[in-house]
Amino acid sequence: MSAEAKTMRRLEPAAIKGVMSREVANFRTYWKGTTFSSVLEPIVYLLAFGLGLGATLVDEVAGIPYIEFVGTGMVATAVIFSSALPSMFGTFVKHRFQNTYEAILAAPVDIEELVSAEMLWIAIRSGFYGCFPLLVTIGFGLDPAPGMLLVPLFCFVTALGFAGFGVAMAATVAKIDQFNYVTALFITPLFLVAGTFFPIDGLPEGFQIVAQANPLHQLVELVRGGAFGFEPVDIARFAFLVAFAFAMWRVAVSRMAKRLID
Amino acid sequence: MAAIELRGVVKRFGSITAVDGLDLEVPEGICLGLLGPNGAGKSTTMRLLTGQALPDAGELRALGHKLPEDSKAARAKMGVVPQLDNLDVDVTVEDNLAVYARLYRVKDVGGAVDRALDLARLRDRRRDAVDQLSGGMRRRLLLARGLVHEPRLVLLDEPTVGLDPQIRTELWTLIGELKSRGTTILMSTHYIEEAERLADEVAVMTKGKIIARGHPAKLIDEHAGEQTAEVYGPPERLVEVRAGAEAQGLMVRPAGPAVAIVGSERAGNGGIPSEAVIRAATLEDVFVLLTGEEAE
Repeated sequence: MSAEAKTMRRLEPAAIKGVMSREVANFRTYWKGTTFSSVLEPIVYLLAFGLGLGATLVDEVAGIPYIEFVGTGMVATAVIFSSALPSMFGTFVKHRFQNTYEAILAAPVDIEELVSAEMLWIAIRSGFYGCFPLLVTIGFGLDPAPGMLLVPLFCFVTALGFAGFGVAMAATVAKIDQFNYVTALFITPLFLVAGTFFPIDGLPEGFQIVAQANPLHQLVELVRGGAFGFEPVDIARFAFLVAFAFAMWRVAVSRMAKRLID
Repeated sequence: MAAIELRGVVKRFGSITAVDGLDLEVPEGICLGLLGPNGAGKSTTMRLLTGQALPDAGELRALGHKLPEDSKAARAKMGVVPQLDNLDVDVTVEDNLAVYARLYRVKDVGGAVDRALDLARLRDRRRDAVDQLSGGMRRRLLLARGLVHEPRLVLLDEPTVGLDPQIRTELWTLIGELKSRGTTILMSTHYIEEAERLADEVAVMTKGKIIARGHPAKLIDEHAGEQTAEVYGPPERLVEVRAGAEAQGLMVRPAGPAVAIVGSERAGNGGIPSEAVIRAATLEDVFVLLTGEEAE
């Protein structure tokens, strides 16, 4: 009944699908809470910054109404919150407290397939959740544009990278409270210097250069491209996100192999 | 072909050698009990067989596949029942089984789930979340999950550790059914009774090596003889009895509040104190004599 192949290939779709089916089965039990927080959090930010600052301090940025500027940027916030954090905590809990990976790796699944499935599942979810701020901003007057149809893809690729980052961090820290360092050192700065709330070109030159290496900034620019018109440089931005996702995938696989195989 | 072949396998964790030149062959169709105290290297041996630990030296084969190189293909035909409950507790019983049926590439997932539910006697609880099940039901489900793809070889890692006697007996019945189907089983345990009841052969493991192997009755005959005399009394009396027995060349082991003189039939006249309780030698006598550990 089981697979009789003498040797089995790397990255088998059946193995990836099997691991993802476990995630789906679990997600069915907690999707309401996760969806609620993933959707509400960016909306609260959007209302606070978009309406609050927009009505009092900032009218528009680069000719874009401030609420639309923030709303398109909040896509990146939704993506990092729904990818890096669940990936870090979920992976750590499954490995250290639930012994889930021990059971999965006893089946014909290797680390590469396990990590790929975990990343893919989170990226699919995040690709979906990332669109909510955009939809809300449309509700606040942003005109729909054909380029917006590419936003789920941009979110998916970025989330893939941050899911890999989360898996790698989970495989690196010794205790769950060490995620505080990861959040303070990486996630918060990335989130704040993404160009969501203010344009990057207002920062000192050094910060501007660093911001170019921030995948969230590239995502923000791509989403704004989708909403207000793409530029040729957006191809390079997308390529950067693909490279980021690929690099994080390899790092995550390598870190998890070190953690899970004695 | 042997289901499992290990030759000179070594696994170290820093300065600790968990598996130390292990040679082990498990023929197809038998249940081999790997009996040893905590820290003997049993769980590391299991992890080596599932590719979750890599050997520092030696050769490993499972179902003809070289490990760890071809571990994935071996695992496809192997079922593993872990020591710790790692079921998905919020997910239904049937979904827990279906996920693993998919991981093992079973074509008829529904049919496999139904068979596993019957095996675990949980058909009427199939739509309940795992956290609504009793401890015994969860252990049965864990066993059924490891068998959902009808494996040729099953690794049972301390299958009843920490369970109450009733649940343990339930699981022994299920493992007995599995044995009767001719499935090869490698079962690690530190419970003597479990090994005696279920295993066709027992391999006693300590400090990363097999130090004795055979049918339980043969091991008892070889290492413990026919009878054991247990003497109860105050500590100073037990010290006296031990010295007397050892002076006659008999093997003596601690047995809780008593000392046990193993192979007491070989004692000369007056060699066994009159207050001794004579009983047949057991696998526990063999285990304690060979490993120096108190049995559970």
